[in-house]
Amino acid sequence: MSDLTTVGKKITKRDAPLKVTGGALYIQDMKIPGMLYGGILYGQYAHAKILKLDTTRAERLPGVMAVITAADVPNDFRFGIMKDNPPLKGGRVRSTRDEIAAVAAVSAEIAAAALELIEVEYEELPGIFDPLEAMKEGAPLVHEEMKSNILKMPWKLVCGDVEAAKKESAYVVSDTFRTQWVTHCCLGTSGCIAVFDTGNNLTMYSNTQIPSLAQNDYIEALAAFGLKGRRVRIIQCTIGGGFGSKLDTYAYEYIAILLAMKTRKPVKFIFSREEEFFATSPRQCSITKISQGCDKDGRLTFREVEMVLDNGAYTSWGATTPSVMMMPISSLYKVPNIKYVAQCVYTNNTYSQAMRGYGNPQATFAIESSLDQLAEKAGLDPYELRFRNANEPGELTPQNFQITSCGMKECMAEVVKRLDWKGKKGNGNGRGVGMASLIHVGGGARVYKSDGCGTIIKMDDRGKVDVMTGATEIGQGSETVIAQIVAEVLGVNIDDINVINNDTDVCPWDVGAHASRTTFVAGNSALGAAQKIREKMLAVAAQNMGEAPASMDIKNGVVFSMQDKEKSMPLSKVLRKVHYSPGGKMFTAEHFYDPPNENFNKEFKGNLSVSYAYGVHGVEVEVDRETGQVKILNYIAAHDVGKAINPMLLEGQIYGGGLMGIGYALGETMIYEKGHLKNGNFLDYKMPTAKDVPPVQAVIVETDEQAGPFGAKGIGEPGLVPTAPAIANAIYDAVGVRIRDLPITPEKVLRALQEKAQADTGRSGA
Amino acid sequence: MKEMKRYSLTLTVNNETHALVTPPNRTLLEVLRDDLQLTGTKEGCGEGACGYCTVLVDGQPVRSCLTLAVAMEGRKITTIEGLAQGGKLHPIQAAFVEHHAIQCGFCSPGMILTSYALLNNNPTPTEAEIRRAIAGNVCRCTGYAKIVKAVQSLAGEER
Repeated sequence: MSDLTTVGKKITKRDAPLKVTGGALYIQDMKIPGMLYGGILYGQYAHAKILKLDTTRAERLPGVMAVITAADVPNDFRFGIMKDNPPLKGGRVRSTRDEIAAVAAVSAEIAAAALELIEVEYEELPGIFDPLEAMKEGAPLVHEEMKSNILKMPWKLVCGDVEAAKKESAYVVSDTFRTQWVTHCCLGTSGCIAVFDTGNNLTMYSNTQIPSLAQNDYIEALAAFGLKGRRVRIIQCTIGGGFGSKLDTYAYEYIAILLAMKTRKPVKFIFSREEEFFATSPRQCSITKISQGCDKDGRLTFREVEMVLDNGAYTSWGATTPSVMMMPISSLYKVPNIKYVAQCVYTNNTYSQAMRGYGNPQATFAIESSLDQLAEKAGLDPYELRFRNANEPGELTPQNFQITSCGMKECMAEVVKRLDWKGKKGNGNGRGVGMASLIHVGGGARVYKSDGCGTIIKMDDRGKVDVMTGATEIGQGSETVIAQIVAEVLGVNIDDINVINNDTDVCPWDVGAHASRTTFVAGNSALGAAQKIREKMLAVAAQNMGEAPASMDIKNGVVFSMQDKEKSMPLSKVLRKVHYSPGGKMFTAEHFYDPPNENFNKEFKGNLSVSYAYGVHGVEVEVDRETGQVKILNYIAAHDVGKAINPMLLEGQIYGGGLMGIGYALGETMIYEKGHLKNGNFLDYKMPTAKDVPPVQAVIVETDEQAGPFGAKGIGEPGLVPTAPAIANAIYDAVGVRIRDLPITPEKVLRALQEKAQADTGRSGA
Repeated sequence: MKEMKRYSLTLTVNNETHALVTPPNRTLLEVLRDDLQLTGTKEGCGEGACGYCTVLVDGQPVRSCLTLAVAMEGRKITTIEGLAQGGKLHPIQAAFVEHHAIQCGFCSPGMILTSYALLNNNPTPTEAEIRRAIAGNVCRCTGYAKIVKAVQSLAGEER
């Protein structure tokens, strides 16, 4: 790797100059001539019958071009993975974000005024907001046509024999852990512009993380709307953050399409911040019962997990997060016997979606908190217990994950060293240390039939390179990493690489910016395309210079013979020569990379990813016994990333993920009261600010992942996965209280300290 | 809807003077984005909580979403589009690029202008002073680490 010129270097983000000058165009900034502005009316109740919906007055307001309701949605069209979500709800609302009418008007102000003129009468119905209540016999049904509120999703994983292992275990712990609703807080709110041409083909200006899948969703919708077989083009604007929020299509997008069809004009939607909070889909809350055991030597014997997840009123990818939760449950540390059951339950709350980590943070909070409890019971240092059971290269896990590269022990060593674990552990002086590990997919994730990504490369006469990739850029830096890979293979300067990544008319298929897969999958795809075009160029250059292709190389845009450095030609000259010769040609290449990973079988087993990413976080905290305030004194985030293609961008992912995890652990929560969000704004929902950041060290542990592009693995999500349990474990070490539900607020810590003090007094008095 | 009375207004933005006619209820943010097409200034919340709409008024950072445009007569406004001169990035912009203080970029214009004002007011801020200055500019991508580093690089605290 030492002679690499571009890969492995701290190359600055390619689109940064545009972003620092205000030139990057987000959906908020886009205008199309003749464009109308859309607005949505949401139901006022979490569960109610709509008795009357009168849009007459709104329709009469000057400047209003169209008003639509459920009656205007053709063919009872519904979207989402369970097809349980109509873009406009008729007859009944099932959550406070239910869309019941929409308008398109010549200005955003008129659209807002029109919404206020729509008259609605409701009959409120009893709602169900607690998933445990919703599971009971006789609970009010969220979808009256269904027999139960429990989704028909048989999430169950069984490996080995948990019952037998329990009996043979020397130590067993059981407990219940809860996590809260949290939301992505993308800085750029949701929005789109739907535009039809005269042939009824749709162009959608979009924020999506899944252009190819969204294109498919819209094609299906157009078919339902009477426009079967029409083309759909998606143009992605600069995206102001994703974090999983844009892995699905939402009602507002279908509403924009319907309004654009009706008005024959472009229709734009932009969410207000309040809408972004209550009408987009967050990370769901979870209730996790977990038991784990070990033998007398501290070898883990079994892990048993039962989970209930609040699905909300409709179904999106939140309901499939158990497929990822299975990964840490089955394969974080060596555990021979596993049982996992999860149920997703309809409630009248907002409906849940993907968010960075995709269920992994919820599961890891339970696993890693419980593991500390087990260590205490077994009389082991928590680090020692983890080290004895750490994953290793070459392992086949109970869920049939083939572990290739694995730097878990190395990450653990970094944490122990940098935190002074041995010196700081167990002092019980109000300061304490804790750690937690993570496993995540690092080599794609075959959740669809294809996990692929395509790349097309073309070269011009001057040695400039256009790279058309399916990979979506949401701030993570995919455009830079892809440019680095192509520049490295082609031997050209990175400034000669132009990455085009935002137009389905031009860019090849990709499954989406999810599952930390872009560097690995899109990177391998770009690598393959670059190698193909390199071979073509070398063959031609060799012919011209009377050399064998194998003896040729390209560096700094110059093709040369490795034997005779005198024999060289600028790449641009080679390209022109080929272009302008009789029967000339231009160089292009394409490559589609679909990693050799496996879909789960019916038992949810299979090698989901080509490689797995590991990491260990360690934290030192100080707990104020008077206030319950937790202060992070030191935070180590050590990640096994394969090889770092761009250490600077990679650190950016770790710092950003880590702080999102700290927010999840210590403060962020969506407060719902009977289905109504009470803190849906930036003043009341506490995202960490620059003042809230503790000292964080991002530590990159390199392992060489043979299947990765230049040895790389994914890093998009791991940064926030083990944060909460690491902090919870440190608090326990500091003051002896175990917080079992997130977020860990000072109130909860204080209450736990008071309960502990009472229990201690009771014990000493007895 | 009732038409509101319109006022004429002379707005000086990035050293250019604009004669405008606008209703009195419009914010500086709306006028910058919609009338002057200066879309580098972002709206994140509309209530002064995120800092994405930060512009400089007479050199000091101001939330343009909470500022009425008609109150800006005679003031000198600088937006993110006014920082680079002659196609060359301002050192603070260059530092944000160099140190990878940018991910999705939505907070960047406000963050950069806030940092610019900080460095003008206090050329050698400590890390704590930097963090305090940008605490009203919320970022979701970066964890702030590299933003602080970028500002520090201009404060001469770091080589």
